[in-house]
Amino acid sequence: MKITEVLKKNAMLIILVLVYVFFVITTKGAMFMPLNFNALITQNAYVYILATGMLMCMITGGNIDLSCGSFICFVGAIGGILMVNLGLNPILAILIMLVIGIAYGSLLGFIIAYVNVPPWIATLAGYLSFRGWGTAILSANSDTGSIAPFPDLFINIFSGKIFSTPMKQLNIVCMIVGITAAVIVVLLNFMTRANRVRKGYEADSLLSVVIKSVLSAAAIILVTYKLAMAGGIPTALIWVVAIVLIYNFITSKTVVGRYFYVVGGNAEAARLSGVDNKLIMFLAYLNMEVITVITSYVVIARFQAANSTAGTNYEMDAISACVVGGVSAYGGSGSVFGMVIGATLIGVINLGMSLMGIDANWQKVVKGIVLLAAVVFDIFANRKKR
Amino acid sequence: MGKIILEMKNITKEFPGVKALDNVNLQVEEGEIHALVGENGAGKSTLMNVLSGVYPYGTYSGDIIYNGEVCKFTKIKDSEEKGIVIIHQELALVPLMSIGENMFLGNEKGSKNHVDWNKTYQEADKYLKMVGLTDSSHTLIKDIGTGKQQLVEIAKALAKQARLLILDEPTSSLNEEDSKALLDLMLEFKKQGMTMIIITHKLNEVVYVADKITIIRDGSTVGGMDCKKDVIDEAHIIKGMVGREITDRFPKRHDVTVGDISLEVKDWSVEHPIYAGRKVVDHVNFNVKSGEVVGIYGLMGAGRTELSMSIFGQSYGANIKGKLFIKGREKVLKSPREAINEGLAYVTESRKVNGLILSNSIKINTTLANMKDVSTNNVIDADKEYAAAVEYKEKLRTKTPTVEQNVGNLSGGNMQKVLLAKWMFANPDILILDEPTRGIDVGAKYEIYCIINDLVKEGKSVVMISSELPEVIGMSDRIYVMNEGRFVAEMPSDQATQENIMAAIIQSGKGR
Repeated sequence: MKITEVLKKNAMLIILVLVYVFFVITTKGAMFMPLNFNALITQNAYVYILATGMLMCMITGGNIDLSCGSFICFVGAIGGILMVNLGLNPILAILIMLVIGIAYGSLLGFIIAYVNVPPWIATLAGYLSFRGWGTAILSANSDTGSIAPFPDLFINIFSGKIFSTPMKQLNIVCMIVGITAAVIVVLLNFMTRANRVRKGYEADSLLSVVIKSVLSAAAIILVTYKLAMAGGIPTALIWVVAIVLIYNFITSKTVVGRYFYVVGGNAEAARLSGVDNKLIMFLAYLNMEVITVITSYVVIARFQAANSTAGTNYEMDAISACVVGGVSAYGGSGSVFGMVIGATLIGVINLGMSLMGIDANWQKVVKGIVLLAAVVFDIFANRKKR
Repeated sequence: MGKIILEMKNITKEFPGVKALDNVNLQVEEGEIHALVGENGAGKSTLMNVLSGVYPYGTYSGDIIYNGEVCKFTKIKDSEEKGIVIIHQELALVPLMSIGENMFLGNEKGSKNHVDWNKTYQEADKYLKMVGLTDSSHTLIKDIGTGKQQLVEIAKALAKQARLLILDEPTSSLNEEDSKALLDLMLEFKKQGMTMIIITHKLNEVVYVADKITIIRDGSTVGGMDCKKDVIDEAHIIKGMVGREITDRFPKRHDVTVGDISLEVKDWSVEHPIYAGRKVVDHVNFNVKSGEVVGIYGLMGAGRTELSMSIFGQSYGANIKGKLFIKGREKVLKSPREAINEGLAYVTESRKVNGLILSNSIKINTTLANMKDVSTNNVIDADKEYAAAVEYKEKLRTKTPTVEQNVGNLSGGNMQKVLLAKWMFANPDILILDEPTRGIDVGAKYEIYCIINDLVKEGKSVVMISSELPEVIGMSDRIYVMNEGRFVAEMPSDQATQENIMAAIIQSGKGR
């Protein structure tokens, strides 16, 4: 009974491992190469960051933001003008872009929370306008429809590697960071359990904590070893980890995080319990656009250019990551770590299929099926509980 | 002894980990009204779901013999074809569709691919007449009251050619007047030869309509009574249901001193939020003192909920006028948060709709209205929160293995306790309880009454809104009677009787 429960609770994680092993076998080990660990992270960094914002929106009641992909393009275009055409200091440009994000987030939040426009309509408007506006700015200010090159300072803050070393040479800094992280995770696991036992709460058995610790430490060290062999820690990973940890804290440990869940769980009950529902909705969208701006930094830095196709379908990637990661499409439930697993699963499938040389069109077909299967699976898993 | 139309033999139904029904037997004679009573969670609804095919043949053991043949229903349609129709507690009508459309939903008149609307509405009107409803079948469901909606459900059942009608808590959301009408309708149907099974918590209704009674407790039948032979009274049935005698349905209050006025409302008027100018609450004046239970009695739609919600941080209504005093000071409360901060609590009428977050744990629900006390700098203190939830679970004797349990998995009585726990944890001085015992069983009701007594003993004020007269009279120190948005009478409870309260309502109606 216990084992089936553990399997059910970690179903997505197990599926992720199985899918990964499947691709390692079918790509004859290519998937397991250091280079592809690096690719998995740098190619998908934007999904992790953007999906964190989307998660906060979805928790409040299955609300989504369709405009974020287009807004990435728009903010990128502004950044290009500021940094490339006007030669502004990158730090100043970063701040200006952030202010634009806050402005749009406040407007969107106001329209959704206080004017009561349904989120998907309000953001559909942004989806259309920002793509158009961004593209118009880019084509008016360049011959190719793409603004480049961005200053090195900007690119180094959001992409590249920390303490970069040549390929196939072990990056010491990366290994130290990895081992430290693994030790911290293991310590936290044991401390949490000891704390619970001391206070007489329900706690996992010692064996399961040991297994959990060994597996997570092994996974962290494996990933960092591979990254160390591929030149070091990608800068984007730092951003991803920081944002994931911050939002994991917000959602699980703070009062405002709790309010996001209860508004999604039962808006009327939350309101009558003194929760300011409108403020929560406002914050969800304000936060979403701030996160979108951060995503746009990472995206522009990776491509080293602002162009009109930037961010296309990113909103869908973010929604998919959340949904596959077990975030309820009706709101009220979902966790940051669940979303991380969902995003990784989609990333692994993308990369694996590319390495297998599967046609890009068929990749989309597979992704669609995976998305649907995840939701169906989730519904069945929950139904069994009753 | 008439012909046995339905016999359920040794029905056993298990859910993972729980035996919901254990060798239950039920015999129903043709043409009788058979009451099925028992506490919440005793298994009454499960038994009826087995009968109607909601739980298909094979998922339970035992036999269903209907009209002399063994039935193996695999879906609801199967049982409906035999004339067994169940009307569930939660009405299943589509608000934006007309009465006629709803009545033939899934059972459309006309040919396979074409709906004959003329015939639909003609038939609908015919059945509406049978249940005594004069509204046009073109009226939208949302435009008629709950009482009429219940009648539409019955008309819908009749349209399915029901021969055995099962009514699950048919009067739980009806006022006394509508309830009475419904019960009389049942007696009328009985004369015409219809067999009915009624599930209800209201024992006076059982005494009024039932020919036979089957009592279910903890998943098994513990007894039956024949109303023609045995002497039936409520105390008798209660004893069978809870397995013990409840000598006093309303616990006595001792050592409670009534103090100063804690909440006072003067000249309070509220308009409907959508239909501007329609007064829902009309120049109401009332007060409640510390250590006092004030009952507000009124029929459904009298404006009781609207009054309390408008007081509770203007959470309902438009153009709210009047003055509100808390402990003698005038206050303007613009949001539920401000109301909570001033020591007000409003325990909502409907646990599931706007009371609790069913998908979250008991713990999360308990602390929701007062996160301040379990957090520092907006960071939740998990230990404090857990301790608070456990404290209230034990204080109110909520039946649950852990406070991490989702509220949605609890029975009605336990949900109500969690809802009360939430508001008690918010530490208010004045509690407005809106129908605090609706749809919960006798045992749980008694416990809720005890909690109310404990609250006033601590010097808190309780405003109890209820549409059950015995409860209002039994629990209150003072009673206000509300009708059509106005307070039409005020009386101390020792002068209150069911008769003079109803008389006040009827007279106020005539005066208009």
